[in-house]
Amino acid sequence: MSTPKLTRADFASDQTVRWCPGCGDYSILAQAQKVMPSIGVARENIVFVSGIGCSSRFPYYMNTYGFHSIHGRAPTLATGLKIARPELSVWVVTGDGDGLSIGGNHLIHAMRRNLDIKILLFNNRIYGLTKGQYSPASEFGKKTKSSPFGTAEQPINPLRVALASECTFVARSLDTDIPHLTGVLERAARHHGTAFVEIYQNCNIFNDGAFDEFAAKEMRAERMLLLEHGKPMRFGKNRERGIRLNGLEPEIVTIGENGVTEADILVHDERAREQTLAYLLTSLHYPEFPVPSGVFHVAERPALEEVVDRQGIQATAAMGAGSLERLLNSGATWTVGG
Amino acid sequence: MSTETEVVPGRQTVEELDEVVIRFAGDSGDGMQLTGTQFADTTALVGNDLSTLPDYPAEIRAPAGTLAGVSGYQINFSSHDIRHPGDAPNVLVAMNPAALKSNIGDIEPGGVVIVDADAFTDGNLAKAGCKTNPLRDGSLASHRVFELPLTSMTLKAVSETGLAGRQASRCKNFFALGLVFWLYERPVDYTREWIEKKFKTNETIQKANTLALLAGYNYADTTETFTTHYRVRKARLTPGTYRSLTGNEATASGFIAAALLSGRPLFYGSYPITPASDILHELARRKNYPVKTFQAEDEISAIGAAIGAAYGGSIGLTGTSGPGIALKGEAIGLAVMTELPLVIINVQRGGPSTGLPTKTEQADLFQAVLGRNGECPVAVVAPATPGECFHMAIEAVRIAIKYMTPVFFLSDGYLANGAEPWSIPKVSDLPKIDVHFRTSPEGFQPYERDPRTLARPWAVPGTPGLEHRIGGLEKEDVTGNVSYDPLNHDRMVRLRAEKIARIADDIPPIEVFGRESGDVRVVGWGGTHGAITSAVEQLQREGAAVSSIHLRYLNPFPRNLGEILGRFRRVLVAELNLGQLCMLLRAKFLVDAVSVNKVQGKPFKVAEIVRAVRAHLGT
Repeated sequence: MSTPKLTRADFASDQTVRWCPGCGDYSILAQAQKVMPSIGVARENIVFVSGIGCSSRFPYYMNTYGFHSIHGRAPTLATGLKIARPELSVWVVTGDGDGLSIGGNHLIHAMRRNLDIKILLFNNRIYGLTKGQYSPASEFGKKTKSSPFGTAEQPINPLRVALASECTFVARSLDTDIPHLTGVLERAARHHGTAFVEIYQNCNIFNDGAFDEFAAKEMRAERMLLLEHGKPMRFGKNRERGIRLNGLEPEIVTIGENGVTEADILVHDERAREQTLAYLLTSLHYPEFPVPSGVFHVAERPALEEVVDRQGIQATAAMGAGSLERLLNSGATWTVGG
Repeated sequence: MSTETEVVPGRQTVEELDEVVIRFAGDSGDGMQLTGTQFADTTALVGNDLSTLPDYPAEIRAPAGTLAGVSGYQINFSSHDIRHPGDAPNVLVAMNPAALKSNIGDIEPGGVVIVDADAFTDGNLAKAGCKTNPLRDGSLASHRVFELPLTSMTLKAVSETGLAGRQASRCKNFFALGLVFWLYERPVDYTREWIEKKFKTNETIQKANTLALLAGYNYADTTETFTTHYRVRKARLTPGTYRSLTGNEATASGFIAAALLSGRPLFYGSYPITPASDILHELARRKNYPVKTFQAEDEISAIGAAIGAAYGGSIGLTGTSGPGIALKGEAIGLAVMTELPLVIINVQRGGPSTGLPTKTEQADLFQAVLGRNGECPVAVVAPATPGECFHMAIEAVRIAIKYMTPVFFLSDGYLANGAEPWSIPKVSDLPKIDVHFRTSPEGFQPYERDPRTLARPWAVPGTPGLEHRIGGLEKEDVTGNVSYDPLNHDRMVRLRAEKIARIADDIPPIEVFGRESGDVRVVGWGGTHGAITSAVEQLQREGAAVSSIHLRYLNPFPRNLGEILGRFRRVLVAELNLGQLCMLLRAKFLVDAVSVNKVQGKPFKVAEIVRAVRAHLGT
């Protein structure tokens, strides 16, 4: 049966989008709607599950199946749904508060289990829906409503959490870099296993310009590092600079200066068996380093729901399919005569 | 006396008994639960009626020999119908001084006490806090005490296997079991076969346990230690095929049956917790049935996954005990708001907080009926016996699916671990569970309700044309869109309440045990059924105008409940809490009900109910 080719418009629901004007979420929504027709899944088999927060309103605006659940728990619903219905394409939309604070436990376990689900974490480094408290991703010392003298907390690094959880697809993108975001979402959709995508997203009300220093369009070339598998890590307006490894420390070098050639530049290997390189890349922060974006790490491992289904098939082959008759009469029985 | 002594067996007399209560007690490492279970299974197979009460500490291995480490297993078996594990054991088998000390107070005067004399060392007496040796100080004068060197006889019996020390002495529970098998005319065959299977990978242990079992049996048979052995004839159970099963086993089987009866797969999300974990174990090994289990990272994830599975068209089930329910509260509210079928098992234990993990209580009734934010009604059912867990599991699923609602299944530690003979139902007698997935996109509205049940359609992902969004924000009536409209909220709160209230039209009316009107009506729910019914039976035999009712449906209540409560001069509500059902009945029916309660982590004794009722007779 052939179905007519769907377009981006087919994935827009009839609900009025209620994010603040100028919010970075609009761009992410648009890219998701644009990517959906090309992921090879029928619309009725796509489910968006979210928690609580601005980003978690996302499912209402996607014309797919959607579940706006409770704070931090989206990965749990996605887990049950995916185990029960492996054929569905299940997407989790969460934020830095939802996913890394109240829902941190679920996030790490979902990634460790490697269900074939996609997790999009909108990181705006602030609590938007509750009007401006610091989040676990807010930078140290940040002054907010709940930290008038600056936070005393070290921020969490979402990608390091993903790597430590043995996530099989770890990536970062930007709300404002549309082609890049589209590309990462497409790759996440194609990945078999849990895909974790951190998306830097601007909250123009409570944390406006949080990423501008490096992510503003005119800054990106100099202050961001576009990761490409098998390619040297070069950046700069003329791609004249690069990352070199000095012992275990990364350093910035300029090609052509001090005898540095392209051969000295670190080459990205997203498929490296060890996560060491990906982990090192997560330590690159502005202003000391350009901020990397793209796919940090990819691995192949069986998806949890496949293992579960295989066990069911094997058990049925070994023991025979269960029936009510068998269920009722299992164990030692005895008969009382009439 | 030792087995090496040649003795001419005396002709032991056989005494016939109608009912016997035995308690096995020892260190938590002594295998008392195993001993008790083996005795119970064999007793079931020889055709007695029975009821059991395992009672074990929360610690896996509390310090050996201490009172804290004592584990017990009580079994009541009889030639007639019984419903409870017995008030005062006739026989105590105590493997050490601590077991003797902590149990002797319960044993009937004149009762038999069998102790392992080898264990009554100065060290063990001190660990049990005995200032004097109870075997020597005359404190057991009112009991018939048999001091047997169980440990040393076990060591001799198993010596040919080469086992020694701790490994050999660990077989003593089988020696004691063999001895008690002989005492009550039970065959050793079932346990022999069980040992063979259980230890098939370790021939030495297998052989040692078998030798100990037989040695215990033969010791009792060939020595004159026991001059009498006892016969308890088969009970006149209703004809049919039976098996022995615990409440947790029945619960697991019931939910699997519900999956088969509805044609929808069962999804069980759970986090290990006493005393509910056995349900997870039972379901996890049934992968050849339409069952998927998920051991979650926490209680919240367990219910979240169950809700996700229910959204996807499975029977969503999560199971835990009270502390876990506390964590699941918000998610239960989500399932109420999204109106998805979900069953939540609470195997209640002593609370609050971590409380008494291995002990029984019924103090989570308010939590089930009321314990969430907002107006958050759910259906609540409670099985009354271990075997009934099977049928109420099916019933819980039926209600959840038909009304698209979460349903609480309130079990308790006593039901969960207690065993009884279970009359295996005929497949054809089990109810069908109808499932209707919405498939037609024509005029589809996610919150359009069935006019009779008020259930919304179950529209599962994968159905073309029904793409829609649900969530925890208030829903607009019919469309299911987010709505903050005040009047819509008022309407939706009332609709959700009315939907649960209407379930009352779809559940059986209360049946009265005893006469329809009179002096005292005893009301109970859950696992107290056996004790209450036995007490009321006893009082009825004495001519008292007493009857009882037992509630299996706690929200909503059966339609005829209010009217029935009014027909008695005095209503007593017996429950293992400080009066939760009593308060609900008083609030709902303006009835001057009196609470009879107990919160010791133990079930009611029959005598306790009898005493409470007598206090109100003719007053």
